[in-house]
Amino acid sequence: MSGDGQGARGPGRVIGRPRRRVDGRAKVTGQTLFADDLFLPRMLFCKLVRSPHPHARIVAVDTAAARAAPGVKLVLTGEDFPIPYGIMPVSQDEHALCRDRVRHVGDPVAAVVAATERQAAEAAGLIRVQYEPLTTIASPEEALATPEPRIHDYGEGGNVHRLAHFAFGDVDEALRGADRVFEDLFFYEGSTHIPLEQHAAVAALDPDGRLTLWSSTQTPHYVHRELARALDMPAHRIRVIATPNGGAFGGKSDPFNHEIVVAKAALLTGRPVKIGLTREEVFYCHRGRHPVLMRLKTGVKPDGTIVAMDLETLLDGGAYGSYGAASALYTGALQTVTYHVPRYRFRACRTFTNKPPCGPKRGHGTPQPRFAQEVQLDKIAVALGKDPADLRLQQIAPAHSLTANFLKLGSIGLRECIERVVDGSAWRARRGKLPFGRGLGLACSSYLCGAGLPIYWNDMPHSGVQLKLDRSGAVTAFSGATEIGQGSDDVLAAIVAEVLGIEASDVKLVTGDTDLTPVDLGSYSSRVTLMAGNAAIQAAERAKVMLAQAAAEKLGVSPERLAFADRRVFDVENPDAGMGFADAVILAETKLGTIGTTGSYRPPASAARYRGAGVGPSAAYSYTAAVVEADVDPASGWVTVAKVWIGHDIGRVLNPVLARGQVEGSVYMGLGEALMEEQTFRRLPPRLSSALVHKIPSLLEYKSPTSLEMPEVVTYFIEEPDANGPFGAKEVGQGPLLPIAPAVANAVYDAVGVRVDEVPITPEAVLRGLEERGEGHAARVGPRAFPAVRWPDALCVAPPWEGGDGTAVGQKPGRAGRGGGGGAVATTGSRT
Amino acid sequence: MRPAHNRLTVNGELREVLFDATKTLLEVLREDLRLTGTKHGCELGECGTCAVLMEGRPVLSCLVLGVECDGADVTTVEGLAEGPALHPLQEAFADRGAAQCGYCTPGILLTAKALLDRNPHPTRGEIAEALSGNLCRCTGYLQIFEAVEEAARTERTDPPTQGRTYRPADAQARPRAGDAR
Repeated sequence: MSGDGQGARGPGRVIGRPRRRVDGRAKVTGQTLFADDLFLPRMLFCKLVRSPHPHARIVAVDTAAARAAPGVKLVLTGEDFPIPYGIMPVSQDEHALCRDRVRHVGDPVAAVVAATERQAAEAAGLIRVQYEPLTTIASPEEALATPEPRIHDYGEGGNVHRLAHFAFGDVDEALRGADRVFEDLFFYEGSTHIPLEQHAAVAALDPDGRLTLWSSTQTPHYVHRELARALDMPAHRIRVIATPNGGAFGGKSDPFNHEIVVAKAALLTGRPVKIGLTREEVFYCHRGRHPVLMRLKTGVKPDGTIVAMDLETLLDGGAYGSYGAASALYTGALQTVTYHVPRYRFRACRTFTNKPPCGPKRGHGTPQPRFAQEVQLDKIAVALGKDPADLRLQQIAPAHSLTANFLKLGSIGLRECIERVVDGSAWRARRGKLPFGRGLGLACSSYLCGAGLPIYWNDMPHSGVQLKLDRSGAVTAFSGATEIGQGSDDVLAAIVAEVLGIEASDVKLVTGDTDLTPVDLGSYSSRVTLMAGNAAIQAAERAKVMLAQAAAEKLGVSPERLAFADRRVFDVENPDAGMGFADAVILAETKLGTIGTTGSYRPPASAARYRGAGVGPSAAYSYTAAVVEADVDPASGWVTVAKVWIGHDIGRVLNPVLARGQVEGSVYMGLGEALMEEQTFRRLPPRLSSALVHKIPSLLEYKSPTSLEMPEVVTYFIEEPDANGPFGAKEVGQGPLLPIAPAVANAVYDAVGVRVDEVPITPEAVLRGLEERGEGHAARVGPRAFPAVRWPDALCVAPPWEGGDGTAVGQKPGRAGRGGGGGAVATTGSRT
Repeated sequence: MRPAHNRLTVNGELREVLFDATKTLLEVLREDLRLTGTKHGCELGECGTCAVLMEGRPVLSCLVLGVECDGADVTTVEGLAEGPALHPLQEAFADRGAAQCGYCTPGILLTAKALLDRNPHPTRGEIAEALSGNLCRCTGYLQIFEAVEEAARTERTDPPTQGRTYRPADAQARPRAGDAR
């Protein structure tokens, strides 16, 4: 067989060539069926009654009038949902409907199921809930200062959800020995995903009485698990089908209360039940970007080389755990991946507040500290009189090495990324030399290609793919991977086609269905291309062996001489001797019986063995550099991004059309966060229960970039294949977002000399900076204080170059050190 | 409330529909005619996702009441293709990566069609202006612009959709409730 396996360079027959995505036709004809497009016979409709209070005890729920209303079939309350659930094993803190307490405006209290959506809505309006308001907590500062009442009775005490403190080497000593120490405060505002598809779900009993849930979810496997838990049903009686997501960006990765409610309603009514959230409800579901306050202290040598970094982060977690235990660690875990950091201390604190819960949004926890470090590096470069590009080029983390916190790095194409964007933007000729009001800013980043550990501890594969080959020549790939628009179906088809020498369009796909497809953990953490892709390669290679065996016998040559290409199987030394792909399948089926193969993938073991090391490890890391050119109007403070140059080390491009779309979409979303997007709340007066309501829960008022704000983007792909990636490929869906916000901030500084150490960089902030500048102060806008946090004792781990072996000082060997991706994260030093 | 009864032309076919009189055109299309290719993103006229053509002009179907549509000529995404042959905009969107999740795509396709019908060779700026009421969270818009430009370059030999009563001159018709722009 031809050895065109992993790591090969250059385009393959399918891989690397621009191609219409396999689901492209469905999407442009409107035939893609999203969850809300499903209409089943006798289907009922569900509406939720949501709390108008941010924090209150539920005294009584009167459902009598609603039950008597026209068309109503069922009314549910918290009494019907005694079992808590949550995405992470360490924070099972949600009930599908609140039982005794509401914790944020929008928390669901009751559900009405009726014959029509209008009847459900009207009956929902008849439900009377008596609340006893409680003290509300609006911010991490208030959470730290207000230990009582507690929003949850678990966590680190008071209203602190999670604390972490890691020390990789003696950072204080290194800072004392540093030539210069730079200390800054930064704030990264929260933002929300806004998938244009509002969450929707349909539940129904199948003809055999089993429960089926169709839902716009990124994580059907986790929804499957949590449904089984919350409904107290055996998982094998439940089928979850992830319908194609109309955008997700992390916002559909939690198991949601509305999914559990309609599932229960279908079980109780015996009829299909649908729910579709309104746009306002989607804003209150949230699970988006955590607002994070950061203090970053970096010690450098005279030439700007980092000797130590000390980072503290304070997260506003909102009302529930969600992914927060992991999010907190992600605000520090990847800080060592971009540049070499010899010593590193990281402290994180996630607080509960009475606002919709935060969770994972594209980049999960990483854009915030990336912003801090990349803006601070710009300041260091200015202070030392160095070119910011050179400052970065001189200290890129070495490829194939361990970081201070024991992350295993693979291929690193960051140098070329930087060089390409520097050349493309004429950075060296123009930065610092443009007229007042126009500037260039540069920033870099790195991101993981799939979380190295699953959400719940287990040793099973993270991704499985099955292939079925039949005598028609058709190949069907079954995978739990979920199509959220990113192109996972196309990746699977392309990889299978490449290995078997057929076209991507020859591969049929069955995905995201817990009955039909092997488990894939979900479309999160940029994991699908690498993990499902590797599983697909394994399954396809196994099928290829079977076909080759049968074809070789027929052709009278050894299987090693066979090539698979152009829908043929043939002798490489005599290409005319061969057969069509379908004939090879027939021969194989004749010789071996029904042809089916499986492939599975589990990321390599992490070198980090300390508790809390479950967040950060990955099979590979992508790298990105961006230069942003911005115009700043000194009169209005308005920032216009004129052009973006972005270089992304993708390992290997699988489909250039889709890869470019991921980069441009990331740039777009990054610009939204940099300049305008804010998921913010205001406290109503006490007579209105001091409610913390979303300031702008509508698409008109929540500002996001439109087609008119989108600048030209020049994308460079750097193909530095990683041995762990399928055909060398790394992620592209999240990493390119990370450098955008800091590059904008650095461009604003270059344009008008104002440091805005927070996002979004609003015209008001820029004007305030310009006024300060005019008054002779340091022109800097941003947070002024970091509140006192009672940090636990550090968990001390010696870096690899100081003799460390990945365990913490004093740690006993054993299972604990494996630090599961969910279960054991964020356990602090004081407890070990 | 008594249900409403309408006759309207949808994708060139006369349809009769009995529906809850409170429903919007969006709801009538999706729920009563089961044309689910038209999507909803906000139901407040803020995102452009539900755009369809009425008398050839883009309207936000969430802002048009079903009862306003008696006698109307409506084109949805299901009416873009000629039989199995995709419209040049559909071909270009599929080839150019202009549809990622595909959810905003129907509304953008129809808005773009209205643009090309009145301005067959728009500039990049005119395309961006025409689509500025259609939000897309996936693509960053650039591949959408390119797809519209490619479709504009495609020589269209196909006649207007069969049975369509709309003529370009109608595009100057009076503004209606729910006009996208």
